[in-house]
Amino acid sequence: MSDNPSKQSAQPKGLSGPRRGPSGPMGIKQTAQTLKALDRATFSRLMQRILVYKKQFVLVLVCIVLSAVASVSSSLFLGRLIDHYITPMLSQDVPDYAPLVRALLIMACIYLVGITAGFLQNRIMAVIGQGVLKKIRDEMFAHMQTLPIRYFDTHSYGDIMSRYTNDTDTLRQLITQSIPQMLSSLMTVLSVFVSMLIQSLWLTLIMLLFLVLMTRVTGKIVGKSGTYFVAQQKSLGEMNAYIEEMINGQKVVKVFCHEEKTKEEFDLKNDHLFDVSSKANIYSSIMGPINNNFGYIIYAILAIIGGALAIGGVTNVSLRGINTLTVGAIASFLQLSRNFIMPIGQLSQQLNVIVMAMAGAGRIFQLLDEAPETDQGYVTLVNARRNGSGALEETKERTGLWAWKHPHQADGSVSYTELKGEVTFDHVDFGYTDEKLVLHDITLYARQGQKVALVGATGAGKTTITNLINRFYDIADGKVRYDEININKIRKADLRHSLGVILQDVNLFTGTVMDNIRYGKLDATDEECIAAAKLVNADSFINMLPDGYNTVLESDGANLSQGQRQLLSIARAAVADPPVMIMDEATSSIDTRTEAIVQKGMDALMQGRTVFVIAHRLSTVQNADVIMVLEDGRIIERGTHAQLIEKKGKYYQLYTGAFELE
Amino acid sequence: MVKKLLKSVREYKKNAFLAPTLVLGEVVMEILIPLLMARMIDDGIQKQNLGFVAWMGLLLVLSSFVSLAFGVLAGKHASIAGAGFAKNLRKDLFYKLQTFSFSNIDHFSSSSLVTRLTTDVSNVQNAYQMIIRTAVRAPFMMLFAMVAAFRINASLALIFLGAVPVLALGLFLIMGSAHKLFEKVFKTYDKLNLVVQENVRGIRVVKSFVREAHENRKFGAVSDSIFRDFSRAEKIVAWNNPLMSFCVYACMLLISWFGAHLIVQSGNQAAAGMTTGQLLSMMSYTTMILMSLMMVSFIVIMITISRASMERISAVLEEESQLHSPENAVRKVADGSIRFDHVSFSYSDDPERLALTDICLDIPSGATVGILGGTGSSKSTLVQLIPRLYEATSGRVLVGGVDVRDYDMEVLRDQVAMVLQKNVLFSGTIRDNLRWGDENATDEEIRKACDAACCSEFISRFPQGYDTWIEQGGTNVSGGQRQRLCIARALLKKPKILILDDSTSAVDTHTDAQIRSAFRESIPDTTKLIIAQRIASVEDADLVLLLDGGRIVAQGAPDELMRTCSMYREIAESQRKGVRSNV
Repeated sequence: MSDNPSKQSAQPKGLSGPRRGPSGPMGIKQTAQTLKALDRATFSRLMQRILVYKKQFVLVLVCIVLSAVASVSSSLFLGRLIDHYITPMLSQDVPDYAPLVRALLIMACIYLVGITAGFLQNRIMAVIGQGVLKKIRDEMFAHMQTLPIRYFDTHSYGDIMSRYTNDTDTLRQLITQSIPQMLSSLMTVLSVFVSMLIQSLWLTLIMLLFLVLMTRVTGKIVGKSGTYFVAQQKSLGEMNAYIEEMINGQKVVKVFCHEEKTKEEFDLKNDHLFDVSSKANIYSSIMGPINNNFGYIIYAILAIIGGALAIGGVTNVSLRGINTLTVGAIASFLQLSRNFIMPIGQLSQQLNVIVMAMAGAGRIFQLLDEAPETDQGYVTLVNARRNGSGALEETKERTGLWAWKHPHQADGSVSYTELKGEVTFDHVDFGYTDEKLVLHDITLYARQGQKVALVGATGAGKTTITNLINRFYDIADGKVRYDEININKIRKADLRHSLGVILQDVNLFTGTVMDNIRYGKLDATDEECIAAAKLVNADSFINMLPDGYNTVLESDGANLSQGQRQLLSIARAAVADPPVMIMDEATSSIDTRTEAIVQKGMDALMQGRTVFVIAHRLSTVQNADVIMVLEDGRIIERGTHAQLIEKKGKYYQLYTGAFELE
Repeated sequence: MVKKLLKSVREYKKNAFLAPTLVLGEVVMEILIPLLMARMIDDGIQKQNLGFVAWMGLLLVLSSFVSLAFGVLAGKHASIAGAGFAKNLRKDLFYKLQTFSFSNIDHFSSSSLVTRLTTDVSNVQNAYQMIIRTAVRAPFMMLFAMVAAFRINASLALIFLGAVPVLALGLFLIMGSAHKLFEKVFKTYDKLNLVVQENVRGIRVVKSFVREAHENRKFGAVSDSIFRDFSRAEKIVAWNNPLMSFCVYACMLLISWFGAHLIVQSGNQAAAGMTTGQLLSMMSYTTMILMSLMMVSFIVIMITISRASMERISAVLEEESQLHSPENAVRKVADGSIRFDHVSFSYSDDPERLALTDICLDIPSGATVGILGGTGSSKSTLVQLIPRLYEATSGRVLVGGVDVRDYDMEVLRDQVAMVLQKNVLFSGTIRDNLRWGDENATDEEIRKACDAACCSEFISRFPQGYDTWIEQGGTNVSGGQRQRLCIARALLKKPKILILDDSTSAVDTHTDAQIRSAFRESIPDTTKLIIAQRIASVEDADLVLLLDGGRIVAQGAPDELMRTCSMYREIAESQRKGVRSNV
């Protein structure tokens, strides 16, 4: 009878009939196009985060320029070395090495600057990159905490997780490697271009002509490999989902001897992954050789044309003016052409990383763009005491007496209402989606200290009612009131502070037993935690653990039994000491003998509090002050156990059906 | 370990050998091309011999086409070899998993198995692809470039011999100190995943206790430490670039200086010393030699990063399933009778830590047996021995009068249908899921099974009926619906023995009773074992077993136990407290 809302809210989305298989190449093309549209916005948002490090980033730019200049002047120097230093010496009887020494010293200085700049650039970029990633991770996590439960109902854990792992990882590559690499390639291309102009305009024009040709070819390949990389990521995701599903259901596979079937399906997906991933890799790996060899061809052509120009004595136009083309200039130009092609090749190889990183960044920003839980509440919970005249007044210290502080906007006055824990529902209709109502016309009153039981079949709407009390889901104003205050006016955090929740599925956190109990009240002393554990009968088993309260729990308390884990969650709620408790099937996964022990703990906890109990074991709700029987989102019967038995209605049937078969 | 993994190369062996061979051709061309370039400048352009330049240019274009062919083919084969290796590794791992017994599965946690099949395989693939592309390339490139450099001018080439050890030592130091930090970062990554995982899974707890700020602090601490260690590691790696540039630039300056001397002394004659063209070639070799050294250091990093992954993969491949079908296996299950003959069982094969102790049982075919007991009393363990999901540590389990170890496992499991406590539905339509029980089930058979399991009613309420899509893990149906679908799935197997391991805990009592009465009518000859928490679920059983601490403390008909067994009475009392007075 566990009616977890996640299952219900997911239904409209999930119940959509059979699905299509993996999309073919057509689908790939479309993804690539939508990606492009997204990219610009995504990229500028990413840049904003990088530009937080404005000063450092400018420094990086300067460093990139410096190291590019160093590498270009290095290749320019080769031409000068031959033309200006070596060739003249060849004709001297006594070679004068002094100019060469000077030139080499100057070069050494330039190199030194280049090396230092390169070093600084890498170090600063490491800090910027990791800083941006840290910021994005923190932002993502903090934003995730503000998202409504609905988000977690509709997104699988693996989907959320991959944003923290795969997606941030591609971003890391982009920021620390691709962006600096691209910038420096761009710088190099620019400065090489200028240097080429310094040598010869004609040769530069020829170079450009071939460059256009080359970018045409590589552009095609980059496009192909990009789409295949996106397809590979998608196929990998499908593969992972399948593996995860089958591994988690491995025991069922065994029980049904379904191994062969499972393998068949696996092979299909595996072959598809192989297909796209080998293609993606082929396209990206042939880019290098193509660029490289294109460079050689250009080299040969430039040499022939350059040689012809020099021999023909054609007037050379360059930034240095009009002159004749020297052998040294040709040699330099040829060397420059190599330096020109190389960074362009590197640029085109970075494009794959960029495509993938943009997809990842898109998914990260998608999470950051999710609308957070709204909270217009302004009524807060404060410590209070009674003054001489018996009226409530606010106080700093913990008095055990709590009050709702209610500022009135109309006249600026503030009124205080004692926290009692009364909850009323007034003709509430509610649906997780607009199409389907889950609750119809629910009216109920829970007085201070009362125990209200909700009984009903799976999907009757029991959990939904509690989800409205703690505002995991919101409804129209004034329908639900807490201590006579419209629940929407109460600040969510304060509202939830006043409620204790124990769920059927227990979630513990990695840490000691003590840490887990303290989760209910972060400033609780060890003594308070132990007292809470004693109150709910958890103390005895905790003391039996190897390190008692300091025993470290891992993977959701896997080393504890179901009953022990539930006891810890009850102790956790006990230390919080809230006036209202919600127990949603808290004992249904515990056997009845263990339940008897847990029940004692719960009874102790329920003393003096308003409690909502959801249970499918009717034995646990018999002593409730009022029992509501729900069916299809409506309350069909209400009353005490005795009254309902008397009535011989649905409750009576359920109750007797438990041991008398009809 | 490496040998074990390399077994998965199989049909891609050809590609794996072709790729390095082709790379070798590419390297040869890459060495030859600068030589052509040098001659083009020396004998062509310097001497203003255009014919020679054109001739050399043609050769250069041809060579670059050859080199292009080598390069493209090498890239193609390396990619196929890498992707193919990964494909086979995944396949071998997955197939291996299918042979695992329950105890093998328990040995590895399911989340770690997922990582092994995904992230770890990717890591190994990357390393493998890198190795076949560069393991040949780098050393040969270095060797050829060295030889070529020495042929041009041996004394000038000595400069390289000085630079290489400097670079190698530097890289070694950098990688050594960064490696430790990287390892630490990877561990912190696991912690980050853990915090996110616990947060997402327990988001209702977080929100109920208003612990968002606390969680943010927890996450912040982990992300801080990743930032600290990772940027420190990257700062160390940042030395790579300047070290490399330093060596390249230093070599260039030295070559310029000594080269100039050689050229001037020889009067730009190759025979006497050196030419300007050769000087340019020497410069190209500088980058080649030092780059190839850099590549070697990358390979070393790749191998160290992927070593942990390799270990984790081979651990799965080496795991041997303890359960096998015997030769000459019995292929027919006679009936649904079950006998336990002094059976003891330990999960760890340790006779000191028994989960079941000396169980003796005799269940006739067609009987309905209820099994009760507290959490941890080994109820599930007991029934899992029947389809041989685990093997008894001592004693014998007999089904249809034959020891379960003598059956063909598939035959046995086909006749023993089990609805597990943690039952799982798979993504697919409801019909797909039900057909797990019987691939060829007709719609009529499916409907009947669903009637018996009380799911027809809710299925008919779905707009798409039996074609309704079930999400992974069955998250879009409620717990009770899921359990009933799982029962229907098991019924479709038409088994001789049906085991329900607490399979109706989320189903309300009324439906629970309906299901049981449907069993009586529709499958009277099937032996039914029902593990339950509600005493009501077993009250119409022929035999009830009461387990405590891995022993059967009482067995008998329900009313007999009511009279004779105080523990049974105690449970019954606790569940129907207050009822008698009212009824």
